[in-house]
Amino acid sequence: MSIQYYVALAACLFCIGVAGVLTRRNAIIIFMCIELMLNAVNLMLVAFSKMSPAVAAVNSSMGAAGTDAQLFVFFIMVVAAAEVSVGLAIIVMMYRNIHSVDINFLNRLKN
Amino acid sequence: MDNLVYLVPLFPLLGFLINGLFRKSLSKGAIGIIGSGSILLSFIVSVVLFSEVRSGGGFVSNLFDFINVADFQIPFAFQVDALSALFLLIITGIGFLIHLYSTSYMHDEPAEHFGRYFAYLNLFVFSMLLLVLGANYVIMFIGWEGVGLCSYLLIGFWFKNNNYNYAAKKAFVMNRIGDLGFLLAIFWLLNKLGTATYSEVFDLADTLSPGDVTAITLLFFVGAMGKSAQIPLYTWLPDAMAGPTPVSALIHAATMVTAGIYMIARSNVLYSLSELTQTVVAVVGLATAILSATIALYQNDIKKVLAYSTVSQLGFMFLALGVGAYTTGVFHVMTHAFFKALMFLGAGSVIHAMGGEQDITKMGGLSKKLPVTTWTFVIGVLAIAGFPFTSGFASKDEILIATYAHSPVLFYLACFAALLTMIYMFRLMMLVFFGGFRGTHEQEHHLHESPRPMTIPLVILAILSLVGGAIQFPEMFGGHPFFNEYLSPVVPAEAHEIENIHTVEWALFGGTVVALIVVYAAARKFFAVKAFDGTYTGIKKVLADKWYIDELYDAIIVKPLNALAGFLKSGIEKFIDGIVNGTGRFVNYSSRQLRLLQSGQVGSYVLFMVLSIVVLFIVFWHQQEIVGFLQKIF
Repeated sequence: MSIQYYVALAACLFCIGVAGVLTRRNAIIIFMCIELMLNAVNLMLVAFSKMSPAVAAVNSSMGAAGTDAQLFVFFIMVVAAAEVSVGLAIIVMMYRNIHSVDINFLNRLKN
Repeated sequence: MDNLVYLVPLFPLLGFLINGLFRKSLSKGAIGIIGSGSILLSFIVSVVLFSEVRSGGGFVSNLFDFINVADFQIPFAFQVDALSALFLLIITGIGFLIHLYSTSYMHDEPAEHFGRYFAYLNLFVFSMLLLVLGANYVIMFIGWEGVGLCSYLLIGFWFKNNNYNYAAKKAFVMNRIGDLGFLLAIFWLLNKLGTATYSEVFDLADTLSPGDVTAITLLFFVGAMGKSAQIPLYTWLPDAMAGPTPVSALIHAATMVTAGIYMIARSNVLYSLSELTQTVVAVVGLATAILSATIALYQNDIKKVLAYSTVSQLGFMFLALGVGAYTTGVFHVMTHAFFKALMFLGAGSVIHAMGGEQDITKMGGLSKKLPVTTWTFVIGVLAIAGFPFTSGFASKDEILIATYAHSPVLFYLACFAALLTMIYMFRLMMLVFFGGFRGTHEQEHHLHESPRPMTIPLVILAILSLVGGAIQFPEMFGGHPFFNEYLSPVVPAEAHEIENIHTVEWALFGGTVVALIVVYAAARKFFAVKAFDGTYTGIKKVLADKWYIDELYDAIIVKPLNALAGFLKSGIEKFIDGIVNGTGRFVNYSSRQLRLLQSGQVGSYVLFMVLSIVVLFIVFWHQQEIVGFLQKIF
């Protein structure tokens, strides 16, 4: 399968994420959109590492072509999981304080 | 001995600090003792140094590095040799007498100003000592600026009188013009020789091109013009009479104005190399001597007469330097310091007795009430007039003879100036001390001899004026050139070889005696009178108004400068202010608009972030085209 399909899919996912972050006001939805962008990047990493011709040429004899980036992706997932827990905790604290998860209430940076 | 020299300027500096910082808490007695005592201590050290120099020659004492960049060095070093040791004695010796005199003269001042006065006076002496002691031109320049500053402070001592402040400013600005010349000369020297240390400069002097030597010496002379009040920068000195009288004595007799003479005598090696400069120095000196002597003829202010007399005598000194008789010029500095300090202090005593009156048309017949002042002043007058065997006779005759050896024309003109000196001095003496009293009845009642601290310096200076010339009488009177011998390690004595020199000397001697008798008789007749009208008409008025030089300067320099400054203030400054304020206003306005972007909405911030990233990507992809486009534009 050609690499273009993967790239196109990842680009779509990323753009959906960006659009979601820009348009939605619910903090949880925005959070989900950020995860979407993250996963678009993950997808790119996996796809590129698997399909890279140079890497494939070197590693084909060992039958383990392009596993480096796939290992990175595991790390990213672990870090993302940690991040999600922290982020959700922040959102919970936010809800406790202002009884809402609408980010337009968070405008104290002004002035 | 090397480690003693720094004490000489240190004492006045300490005196300045103590009197300056604690002037409000110290009593007048303590201030007077600290002020005069510090100078006395300096004088004692100077005497020790002087005897050292007489027996074993000079030395250079390196205190610390002042400027030290790569192989370019200006050490903070003091040089003690025959010339500087002599000046040390004059400055500290006469300086001490003036300090002593001041303790009594300034006694009516409030304690705070009394302390300020002595602090300035000590600082002045300190600067002058630095000027004389420095072993290179840079240290000399520090002292040079120091005396300029102190003269400003002292001339404007009574700062509540605005005219005095103007006089102080005038002195400062005039001096500054001269200082610029001095500074340029130093830079020129540093550029050509890479050193400003005297010994090195004089060793290398031969390697300078004639043009360089002439330029450097002329620039140094410009400095001397400012400090020593020569044409065209002399007008500050008569105005400097605004200061207290002892200050006038200090500035015009022992210190400041002799700085120019000292500097040229010190640089005699350079000056001897340039004939043009020597001619300029001689001509300017002689012109100054004659011009200021003519002005002094019709002045009615006792201090103004003495001031123009000082300018005139300085002209004589420069004449001596210009004709190559460096030792004679220095000799005249010394004798002039004696009799001019004496006369200024005597004038102070008169002013003191007259209750602040300075107009000589309102004096007269003071000899009965002020015997000590009168007779010491008379000695001063005789000395400056060149009465045989006084100090002024010795030095002035020597200048005239040296001038004759150089050029007979200059000699006759100088004799004319000397004759004028006699006339105005006898006029002053007769008007003040003889004839009838012309002041108010109250003043007459108030007349009294000054207290001891004022008369003792007068008597000491009178003795010095009388016998000070004995160290170097003309040879034909059995004199021996002790002074020239003493200075010979630093300043080579010139040998004037003219035929029948004794004829000239005898003619001069005879002429002096005849002139003295005639002038005395005439002055007795015209000026020792009961009533004296101090208003003049015709050419006399021109002289009394100082040739209108001040008005001339005012018209050709001060007024145009003021007009230019006015134009710059109203025209150019508004324009520049517009640019500066406009920039500020633009930034202020645009930031007020930009500030609206910061709405506090998280969404908008994110939007800006995304948009910026997109823009950056576009720029990155198309950077080739963008660079090409920019190159095409510029």
